[in-house]
Amino acid sequence: MNSPRTLYDKLWERRCVKQNEDGTALIYIDRHIVHEVSSAQAFEGLQAANRRPWRTDAIIATPDHNVPTTDRDKGIAGITDDTSRIQVQTLDDNCKTFSIPQFALNDNRQGIVHVIAPEQGLTLPGMTVVCGDSHTATHGAFAALGVGIGTSEVEHVLATQCLIQRKAKNLRIDVSGKLGVGVTAKDVVLYIISQIGTAAGTGCTIEFTGEAIYSLSMEGRMTLCNMAIEAGARAGLVAFDATTEAYVKGRRYAPSGQDWDKAVAIWRELKSDKDAVFDIEYHYDAADIRPQVSWGTSPEMVVAIDATVPLVENLPAGKSADYQKAMQYMGLEPGQSMTSIKLDRVFVGSCTNSRIEDIRTVAKLVKGKQVAANIKQALVVPGSGLVKAQAEKEGLDTILIEAGFEWRSPGCSMCLAMNADRLFSGEHCASTSNRNFESRQGSGGRTHLVSPAMAAAAAIHGHLVDVSKESVL
Amino acid sequence: MKPFTQHTGQVYPFDRANIDTDAILPKQYLKSIRKFGYADWLFDDLRYLDSGDVTTPIAERRKNPDFMLNQPEYQCSTVLLARDNFGCGSSREHAVWALRDYGFKVVLAPSFADIFYNNCFKNGLLPIALPPKVVDDLFSLAATAKLTISVDLVSKMICADTHQWQFDIDESRRANLLAGLDEISITLASADLICSFEKTLKDDEPWLFQTID
Ligand code: SF4
Repeated sequence: MNSPRTLYDKLWERRCVKQNEDGTALIYIDRHIVHEVSSAQAFEGLQAANRRPWRTDAIIATPDHNVPTTDRDKGIAGITDDTSRIQVQTLDDNCKTFSIPQFALNDNRQGIVHVIAPEQGLTLPGMTVVCGDSHTATHGAFAALGVGIGTSEVEHVLATQCLIQRKAKNLRIDVSGKLGVGVTAKDVVLYIISQIGTAAGTGCTIEFTGEAIYSLSMEGRMTLCNMAIEAGARAGLVAFDATTEAYVKGRRYAPSGQDWDKAVAIWRELKSDKDAVFDIEYHYDAADIRPQVSWGTSPEMVVAIDATVPLVENLPAGKSADYQKAMQYMGLEPGQSMTSIKLDRVFVGSCTNSRIEDIRTVAKLVKGKQVAANIKQALVVPGSGLVKAQAEKEGLDTILIEAGFEWRSPGCSMCLAMNADRLFSGEHCASTSNRNFESRQGSGGRTHLVSPAMAAAAAIHGHLVDVSKESVL
Repeated sequence: MKPFTQHTGQVYPFDRANIDTDAILPKQYLKSIRKFGYADWLFDDLRYLDSGDVTTPIAERRKNPDFMLNQPEYQCSTVLLARDNFGCGSSREHAVWALRDYGFKVVLAPSFADIFYNNCFKNGLLPIALPPKVVDDLFSLAATAKLTISVDLVSKMICADTHQWQFDIDESRRANLLAGLDEISITLASADLICSFEKTLKDDEPWLFQTID
């Protein structure tokens, strides 16, 4: 009998080409997702060394990080920002030079890297997935090993179809019980990070387990795994189950016919064995999780919506100075209630929350209502062209536009403000993205990380508000 | 890559934890498609009073005199000393290129974010994780006077003032840095192994090999 293994152990062993004596291993990569920001230098390196991509059918490229979310009909030539245009053009050129499949700017499959691959069945259970972007952890929702890599590693995977990795520790986060009204995957992950901190997952792969996790949809699991990196872990995982199977079935690049049965038989093993041992474990009860919102400049500076900005005397030991600095940056007083925070902008989008389910939630909450007068801009940026088309088919765009939201074309947008969508200094924004670092959404901008439901309710009220009290939920 | 054996240089003490990749190199510079030339934008938000992007001439920007790296006595620093979780945030390798292009050769901290740590080795920048106590001591030494540190990768020793410390580092990383070996060539030496692995995989899970159209 083999000794019991975790899901991560299994994924690792399935793709281990070679174990090196120094503890590193050569891991085979099934899917490589490429975008315009972290690939140009990799292709430059490849060309300089006279190398070719090892396997182009393992790669899918798409521009997302700095594409405009308006006026896209002129294609790449229509991108007004010079540097953005050059990056998108360079990606396009490289895809042509190296015969790499691309969902180009005006292809309706284009979108945020971590949205488009799962949607096409290009992310499948048991795969190893890499991308030059830290939120590649998202793909772990499929019981796939998704890791973010740097540009040199992008070049390495292009040239060799492998990555040199050191095995991480097994960390398990178990959330038992049922989630309350208005509590979503985003709230679960924000709550977890507020409890364990942004460095707790360093050197670990997190597997999320428990009733509250298994009750989540695939969209919710992607939100959860997406933010594993915010807890310091390079990868997050959820075991394969009927929810995963139902989501994958029928996707464009998912197996079909006999292959499907064969694949599902393999995928059913993609869960931790009953007695598998984790290096570290945390347990939480879903009943303790209220809708969450970040008040500070790190994803661990998070409290429940009915709580307050922490009092100075309650700050965690050793972090007091950082926390006070964050309060200052955010323009908040210790003890101030979260619901008193007035907003300037609302952003619904990013690889954390821009999938169809997220957009449906927002539409449901704002239907027949109006964005508050003090909100200068409420943006909804779908994660892909297909999400956009689906939402339009359901009439969600009309609901959103009538409520006063702007309905955009897919891309990363205000998640990192590399395009024209951004906060101005001092502005508070309820954002469904994943990072509230200083100036992340625009120089001097003040980000409050929230769920799509919370963002919707906040847009209507003009300030952060307890979404669980909204009558439509 | 140039081999790294030993380095002696001036310490820049940056007494902050969780210095993230946005602080090291703000995202507007990710728009550059170059692999070099990031020196002027290192710590951009802190270093300048105005904001810039890839097109702003550096000569026109206003330096923040309060930021220590702008002070003449620190401008030539090559060893960065920082606190916990250095390099957290995004996976952008540009952060490492900015430190490298500025002239930093070594980063000392109690802990590093994983991806950043990995990226350092690919670019000849040496990150050394030291016990918190040693970092405290180094900050104390650097507080009173300009501090020069010698890092010897062969003997895995750091010397500063009259003190010496041993440091730990992964052996294969050390060997590659010492030899200046690039990782792709090392991996391609196993090309046959990769091919046969791939062949088995294709037999077992053929759906992974569909053409994307
Ligand atoms: S949406 Fe934001 S976090 Fe996600 S890939 Fe784009 S920039 Fe990165």
